[in-house]
Amino acid sequence: MDILQVENVSKSYSSHLALDDVSINVPEGKVYGLLGPNGAGKTTLIRIINHITAPDKGHVSFNGHTLSAADVTSIGYLPEERGLYKKMKVGEQAMFFARLKGLSRSDAARELREWFGKFGILSWWDKRVEELSKGMAQKVQFIITVLHRPKLLIFDEPFSGFDPINATLLKKEILGLRDNGATVIFSTHNMASVEEICDNITLINKSRNILSGNVDELRRQYFGDRYDITFSGDPAALMTALNGVADSFRILEPDQRQRTGISLHISPGASLRDIITIANDTVEISSIRESLASMNDIFIRAVSNDAADATASSIQCQEYQS
Amino acid sequence: MSRISIIIEREYLERVKKKSFIFTTILMPVLMLALMAMPALIIANVDSSVTTLLVVDNNGLIADKLTDTPEVKFLTRESLTVDSALARTDVDGVLVIPHGIIDSRRSSLQLFSNGPSSYTAENAISTQIDKIIENERLKHYNIADLDSILAEVKSSVAISAVRNDRESGEDEIISSGVSYGIGIGMSFVLYMFLLIYGQMVMTSIIEEKGNRVLEVVVSSVKPMQLMMGKIIGVALVAVTQMVLWGILLGIMSAWVLPAIIPAESMADITALRAGNLDAMSSAESIDMVNVLASLTQVGNILGLIGMMTLFLVLGFLIYSSIFAAIGSAVDNIQDASQMTSFAVFPIIFGLIFALIAAADPMGHIAFWASLFPLTAPMVMVARIPFGIPAWEIWLSLALLVTGFIAMVWTAGKIYRIGIFMYGKKPSVKEILRWISYK
Repeated sequence: MDILQVENVSKSYSSHLALDDVSINVPEGKVYGLLGPNGAGKTTLIRIINHITAPDKGHVSFNGHTLSAADVTSIGYLPEERGLYKKMKVGEQAMFFARLKGLSRSDAARELREWFGKFGILSWWDKRVEELSKGMAQKVQFIITVLHRPKLLIFDEPFSGFDPINATLLKKEILGLRDNGATVIFSTHNMASVEEICDNITLINKSRNILSGNVDELRRQYFGDRYDITFSGDPAALMTALNGVADSFRILEPDQRQRTGISLHISPGASLRDIITIANDTVEISSIRESLASMNDIFIRAVSNDAADATASSIQCQEYQS
Repeated sequence: MSRISIIIEREYLERVKKKSFIFTTILMPVLMLALMAMPALIIANVDSSVTTLLVVDNNGLIADKLTDTPEVKFLTRESLTVDSALARTDVDGVLVIPHGIIDSRRSSLQLFSNGPSSYTAENAISTQIDKIIENERLKHYNIADLDSILAEVKSSVAISAVRNDRESGEDEIISSGVSYGIGIGMSFVLYMFLLIYGQMVMTSIIEEKGNRVLEVVVSSVKPMQLMMGKIIGVALVAVTQMVLWGILLGIMSAWVLPAIIPAESMADITALRAGNLDAMSSAESIDMVNVLASLTQVGNILGLIGMMTLFLVLGFLIYSSIFAAIGSAVDNIQDASQMTSFAVFPIIFGLIFALIAAADPMGHIAFWASLFPLTAPMVMVARIPFGIPAWEIWLSLALLVTGFIAMVWTAGKIYRIGIFMYGKKPSVKEILRWISYK
């Protein structure tokens, strides 16, 4: 079931169109990546989901009903630009935000002590935020985001500003929240982390949704029928032998054990079985595995294709006019 | 608890718990009293030195009639010449009274001073000698019993105004002089409150926007709720301060002042209240009695502070909306400074009109300026001490409420767009266009 459905949403600010007919469906209990270049419209979409701004057109439903102001208690949002009241004490501040999200004073205090204990930051309770380092403040903000056990969590670049140790801790917590039933929308430019934790993604470019789908399927789709073979032997001989059943060869960087490898694409009509048979006769194979496109490649290709399409269509328009 | 009250609570406690708030709340009244008392104390103590003058009286009629005052001591010597007098250095100066000063229309004296001569001393000398010369000239007319006649015709009037158009006697004995002082004082306090607390709302919004905490807050509450919560929270801080000052003043008025005012002055105050004070026989000047009488009227003082708080709150709601709209539209305090003139100028105009209103509380300017919502708070509190018709106060309050609703609505429209606008400073035209956005 989809916990969040955004249907044909458009939003414009004076002369600027921030979202143009965008639709996304976020399945419950999954991590959903919201990707896109800077200024593509991600933040506007997130604000609409957060009920901060209203769309000009389109419909947003949450958990089966039209998104309303009351739903903000079921949503937790960690904005990209982090911010806390600098002069306020950490504990008071966390209590303030927890109560804004509908928690009672006693519930908030109990939950907070638990989270602060988990992150080992109980001693910060009476410190002012301005006394904390950036990373410390980020931890506090993370706790504030998840404290009210929201059904839907929206993280905008959650790992920026964290050292690798704390980033790993955070990743573990995010996946833990997902395992406990929360749905996570994850907006980032870090494609490696998308591959690692996202189940589905939507790529927004120039205010439009240009690509949506399951991460594994997309990677296969964008780089289908591509395999990496590592072996002992002469790569040139192997490539000559495989000519006819495979194409677009690429020699791989040697790995730690200095094994040779090539990347290839199975030619139309041929099968993986054909490749293995020929390769087995030519060299001593150590491994064969399916090579998936990296999210990085997909991102760049989708965005540049989109730009090319836009150019093409504008040229067509011009031709039509003349 | 609803979300807006959580916002109000945070905004309120954050400010009230500050040491600076506690400090100014208690210290300001003390400082203001000290400021008021200072000039009087300085004047009373400034001229403790006595000027000793040697008098050379070429006329022979004046010198022996001079009497020593706290400021000036006169030394007279028979048959002293100007030259020998000037040779003496143990006096502060030599006063030379020319021959024929009584008869001639020319009446200039010479004072040779061995140092800077003081204004108070010169003043004391000339008034005394004027009187002596006047008396001497009168003597030429040969009127019998001149001294007793003069004593009898001597007059010194003072007005003790009592309102005739009111039922309640005790509350209405404030003289216009005292009303003027109280009115201007209240306008000035209101002016300061509106400026200080209004800008507090603005800087707080700019800070929230600057450190991006705003984004987190508006994911829980609507921007309008946040803006109203902030305005109400800060308004409560202002009211708290006003109420605490009211209590301090009330205590002073009810217990401290009666305890330190001398008994004979208290008797005058009682007589004034009963409406039978004889201005001539009172121990203090009638003005002083008036001031003391007003200051010891606890009910009156609290009533005025209550009115002032009401106008403060409504005026603050209007002005803080303007300040909030400005704060939301800019990224930093530097960009805000130009635009704050939209809020600061009307406040200053309010104070100027208040000064006019205090001098002429029933005039046209006073009347209209006390109805126009932007100037009404300052101008109305300047008029209230004079006892103006109640309908004018009610009308002014009603217009203030209307103005406040219109202003909050407009400010809310600007705020909701402005808080998400970063980067280029918007022009006033752009900001006004935000009002029409859906």
